[in-house]
Amino acid sequence: MAPEVLPKPQMRGLLARRLRFHMATAFVLSLGVAALYKVGVADKRKKAYADFYRNYDAMKDFEEMRKAGIFQSVK
Amino acid sequence: MLATRVFSLVGKRAISTSVCVRAHESVVKSEDFTLPAYVDRRDYPLPDVAHVKHLSASQKALKEKEKASWSSLSMDEKVELYRIKFKESFAEMNRRSNEWKTVVGTAMFFFGITALIIMWEKRYVYGPLPQTFDKEWVAMQTKRMLDMKVNPIQGLASKWDYEKNEWKKRGQEEGAVTPDGGRDVCLWNRACCTSPLLLTWSSSE
Repeated sequence: MAPEVLPKPQMRGLLARRLRFHMATAFVLSLGVAALYKVGVADKRKKAYADFYRNYDAMKDFEEMRKAGIFQSVK
Repeated sequence: MLATRVFSLVGKRAISTSVCVRAHESVVKSEDFTLPAYVDRRDYPLPDVAHVKHLSASQKALKEKEKASWSSLSMDEKVELYRIKFKESFAEMNRRSNEWKTVVGTAMFFFGITALIIMWEKRYVYGPLPQTFDKEWVAMQTKRMLDMKVNPIQGLASKWDYEKNEWKKRGQEEGAVTPDGGRDVCLWNRACCTSPLLLTWSSSE
């Protein structure tokens, strides 16, 4: 074909190189996703629940609901 | 133009996709389908048969020369031997194409046709929506859900300000550390996520 000589391509270790790259990437991405989930979803949710129940008064809540008129058993 | 390209796409796709029965563009008699066939495939690098079945006289002579020492072959002869055995090189068979544009365009076209069909269907086939979809009904429904405090921690009632009797403004939800800007405000979720920097890695309480 063309008279110019191309550089010899990488002949060996192709799978090993691919595996190294993808293993490292998969590891990093998995840890990253897990960390983001822990912080952004799990911890946030735990905090939301903790904050909600810290000063929660069930009777006050009930009275508010009763006054709003949603119950059938109490008015 | 898109239509002609689509039809050529459909015609090119052979009915079967198995490795042995891939036919190339030249005319193939019916019994040839039972014989091992040549394929240009990345994952099948050494096909069952050579590309050129019937060698010319010069090609036959070259094959004889191949039986001797290969160092006597010139570069052109080596390339000729390669082209006898293989149709396309790996670089050629892996070349990119513009097929994806045809595919995406056709998909979007049919998506649009479907949209037209659904518009016609909504106008001429469907009956009226139930009264539960009326704006007034939904307002009464939402008010009742807020009175019942549906999902008060992270859901609906958590986004209602019971003191001011209005929806909470973005960034106002419980658990917000500071009301100022500079926090990551999650745009999808009105009960926004405060920035990870402000949250600590706390164990469950």
